[in-house]
Amino acid sequence: MEQYHIAVIGSGPAGLSAAARAAQRDRQRAADGAALPPSHILLEAFDRPAKTIQRYQKGKFVMAEPGFLNLRSDCGFTAGSREQVLDQWQRNIDELGINIRYGAEVIRIGGERGAFLIELADGSRIGAEHVILAIGLEGNPRRLGVPGDDAPIVQYTLDDPDAYRGETIVVVGAGDSAIENALALCAHNQVHLINRREEFARAKEGNLTAVLRAISDPKITLDCFYRTTIKTLRAPSDATNGKYALVINTPEGERTLFCDRIIARLGAIAPRAFVEACGIAFEGGAPDAAPVLSARYESSVPGLYVVGSLAGYPLIKQAMNQGYDVVEYIHGHAIKPADHPLLEQQFALLPYRREVEELLALFQQRIPMFRQLNALAFRELLIESHVWVALEDGPLFTETASRLQALTAQAAARVGKLVRAGDYIYREGDYTNTFFTIVEGEVHIETPQRPGGRTVLKRGEFFGETSLLSGRPRAGNAIAGKDCILVETPRRTMLKLMNGNETVKNGIDWIFTVRALQQHFAPSVGPQALRAIAQAAQLCTFEAGAVLFGEGERGDNLHIIRRGSVRLSRRVQERDVVIAQLQSDQLAGEMALMGDPLRKETAVATVLTETIALDRESFLALLNLDTSRIEPLQQLASQRAVALTTMASRPESGAVMGFLMAQGLGEATNALIIDENLCIGCDNCEKACAETHGGIARLDRAAGASYAQVHVPISCRHCEHPHCMKDCPPDAIHRASSGEVFIDDKCIGCGNCQSNCPYGVIRLAYDAPPKPSLLGWLLFGRGSGPGEQPAYEPGESARARGKKAVKCDACVQLAHGPACVNACPTGAAARVNPAAFIELTAKH
Amino acid sequence: MHESILGYRKARYAWLALLLTLAACVLYATQGEVQPANGGTWQGYTLGTIGALLIVWLTAIGVRKRRYHSALGSLQGWASAHVYLGIALLVVATLHCAAQFGPNVHSLAYALMCAVIASGLVGLFVYLRFPRLLARNRADRARADLFAELNELNELGRAISQLCDPDVRVVTDSAISRTAVGGGLVSQLCALDHSQVQLPRAGQGSSAALPIANRDQRAAVEFVAGRIPRANRQGEAERLQQLLAILCRRQTLLRRLRRDIQLQGWLQLWLYVHVPLTVALLAALALHIVAVFFFW
Repeated sequence: MEQYHIAVIGSGPAGLSAAARAAQRDRQRAADGAALPPSHILLEAFDRPAKTIQRYQKGKFVMAEPGFLNLRSDCGFTAGSREQVLDQWQRNIDELGINIRYGAEVIRIGGERGAFLIELADGSRIGAEHVILAIGLEGNPRRLGVPGDDAPIVQYTLDDPDAYRGETIVVVGAGDSAIENALALCAHNQVHLINRREEFARAKEGNLTAVLRAISDPKITLDCFYRTTIKTLRAPSDATNGKYALVINTPEGERTLFCDRIIARLGAIAPRAFVEACGIAFEGGAPDAAPVLSARYESSVPGLYVVGSLAGYPLIKQAMNQGYDVVEYIHGHAIKPADHPLLEQQFALLPYRREVEELLALFQQRIPMFRQLNALAFRELLIESHVWVALEDGPLFTETASRLQALTAQAAARVGKLVRAGDYIYREGDYTNTFFTIVEGEVHIETPQRPGGRTVLKRGEFFGETSLLSGRPRAGNAIAGKDCILVETPRRTMLKLMNGNETVKNGIDWIFTVRALQQHFAPSVGPQALRAIAQAAQLCTFEAGAVLFGEGERGDNLHIIRRGSVRLSRRVQERDVVIAQLQSDQLAGEMALMGDPLRKETAVATVLTETIALDRESFLALLNLDTSRIEPLQQLASQRAVALTTMASRPESGAVMGFLMAQGLGEATNALIIDENLCIGCDNCEKACAETHGGIARLDRAAGASYAQVHVPISCRHCEHPHCMKDCPPDAIHRASSGEVFIDDKCIGCGNCQSNCPYGVIRLAYDAPPKPSLLGWLLFGRGSGPGEQPAYEPGESARARGKKAVKCDACVQLAHGPACVNACPTGAAARVNPAAFIELTAKH
Repeated sequence: MHESILGYRKARYAWLALLLTLAACVLYATQGEVQPANGGTWQGYTLGTIGALLIVWLTAIGVRKRRYHSALGSLQGWASAHVYLGIALLVVATLHCAAQFGPNVHSLAYALMCAVIASGLVGLFVYLRFPRLLARNRADRARADLFAELNELNELGRAISQLCDPDVRVVTDSAISRTAVGGGLVSQLCALDHSQVQLPRAGQGSSAALPIANRDQRAAVEFVAGRIPRANRQGEAERLQQLLAILCRRQTLLRRLRRDIQLQGWLQLWLYVHVPLTVALLAALALHIVAVFFFW
């Protein structure tokens, strides 16, 4: 059995970099005179390195984000095309003498530090003292699993559909990738799609319509076998005209398809089960939870290390740095991680000097909620956060300010923020959604509408969770106290943390509930007194379309909407009439506790909605604790009773409201709405958009739905919880404090935001070429005139940059507001927030 | 939040235009002591200068409309002011010339100005009236949707006609392929229908069919409807019934499309008069000013 010092599993960026470091160490030893066989091995299941990147489409531009992090690896990596990156790595493998074995699929890792035993699919075994797991998250493709599935015509990926012409191709699978492949291939080939089920339940809406249309269209050479499984694949013979014969079981009986190629898109076997089988513990049960790791990437199994995206670090550069570091650690070198300088910068404004590691430990100790985080996760959290320091005016402030200036002059990547004591951290109405924790000092929260509503928060406490969870603008001002130190964490880091860590999630949920109860029912009662009630309150989640409560039911609770939006409707003369639209932070169903217990309306979630449900007992207990809110609550209830009844008598308004909600505007914060009674169809809005955004329009006026002369064009509505932000690898999508959601220069053109946006408002486009001036066009007819040049040819530099995601940014950069609205000659275009929907519908 | 250009910001430019008109009237009324009211008095010159400046400013909307980075107010505000001040210009210019006309370049400029204002008023009417008609006609759909539905109906119609008698097939095929939407300027603006269909003549084979007018798809619809009671093969009546339903849906759709093209055409057409006339007016105005100063 072969025996190695280090075995690296997976040859992606992390694994490759680790093996490169190990190979480099072998070379050093050899240079010292010891001619030894390699002490490392790199195991790769595929027949080439970096499978995930191999699978990218041809010529895809690979970015080197984050720009502020330096690369530390024996392998090279700079931003470039997929081919350049792969070529570079192939050269590194050859030059460094990396001992790589392809086609080596690991099925089991046993043993312990110093004596691991790795079993491969082909039955061979490898011994290793240390194992580095760098298998990524993609997993291995699920195989057909029938006799003959190792034939050369079976493939699990499709690089370039245009490479195949005139073939008979069988595509197996019913997911998006199977559908997309089948649709792309059927342009030049005869394609059979094999679906195990009766329908395409997992497909995206757009793919579903496209594939069903293609299947029913007799002119398109695509057909589908439903409820069909594969029995066997037979090698070609004379009887089959030299083609492979695929035997399938259809509901009508067995059939044989003669084919040139089989593309199996059956998804991947997620690596989690394998990793757990190795004995590695994970942080919580969430599907995207990361494994438990030490500060040196060691898992719960001593001697078994995890790096790269499997460890929770999806970016190439981070993964490569970890690969380097982990081999150094194994060799006993306590090097400082590559991100060390970033933390030094981050801590540079603190009024005291200490080692980074010491400060990290101190910060973590000060914040109870973060105490249980592992050191790596907390380190990552701090790198992505900003450290705020608030000082009183004086020599210390001046000195810190000059330090800050020096850092900014060096263009340091991670600079903290310095404010004066008494300055605003954020103001009411800001659309920021970061999360703050107090390391030292105090912070004052004041709510201007409520006199006397000033709360003081102290060390270890946190704030800003309302906007984090609801996506709504800030409620109240946050003011820095003197000598206070804060950590401001971006929303996406917090969400990742909450997903993987129950303690953090429960802590934030709990304080959210307490503060919601204070705000609505008991402003003068402290958190401790509310503990029992907050614990009794139930957190409920409703998918879009789910019913919170129905008209005529006996109600014994009310809901505080935490995120999302709820539509109230009432039955009037056999018809459902929409009578109100409630946003987060509003109450629903409170009438059942304050008046007649029978529900007078049906409440339905229009988008994914979370509520805090409060039962009658808790409600009465709250009012007993603080009687000051009884009067305002009663007033609110009677006002709402009038408003709802008025709406019920105007079904037309309700119908328009229903239409707006059906368009998903329940989660909008700023939507473009066109009054068709005024729109002359001049498309000046689109032209203005293109002219103010690099020649590319981000709205499609004519497309989109209309109802009762209200038109909702295809244009970003700046959702409360932007779907586009969910999964952006370089974190290029942000929300301005005034609410606009925009994409910055870091975009790598991966298209995740485009596929995540349910409203189709994001597209990928090359930079548009420059155009002749306006007067050149007006006077001499040069160019195509204002607006997006139809079917423009991108220039060379634009092609080199690659396609980038473009979307409406509500003209965040223009002082006088959105260009589309400003350029509408007839006043048909308006940007509207949900609060104005009532006014909009009232016209009908 | 949505407000028409006439009502823009409580019609503030209407008040401005009214004020300007009143001031012009007052200025006009102060003439007559030394010489009768005309363009040559100081009041006349003042009114003329105001008029000329107004004309230049009114023309500038063409540039402002396309200066998308402009911070000079919204385009709707400009359009509103353009309408009201354009109407006020008629009064200012008339007072300026004191209704003295003759066969000269001065009166040419005045006439051109009146033509520009008249075409602008047509445009105003069209802008205020037609969007509503367009929206009602399209019934919550985009023009592309209407065309997509038309294509779908065409394919469906052809598919069903394949199952019918050859002459029905010829009629359906030809009615679809010879459907005309849009066409020349006049056809678009008047929603004319030059569609044709090949109808077989009684007693002769389908190959002898000649194209005849199929205005509003009536001929094709009547032909298919006429065949229903005469169907004798099994299932034929049902297929013809389906075909008729499709043809009738096409008919409605084509009406909507023609109406849409017509209204959209009018929305654009007036500008093709208004803008060239404006250019001509600017030229005449320049001549008028030069003539006044050089040939006293």
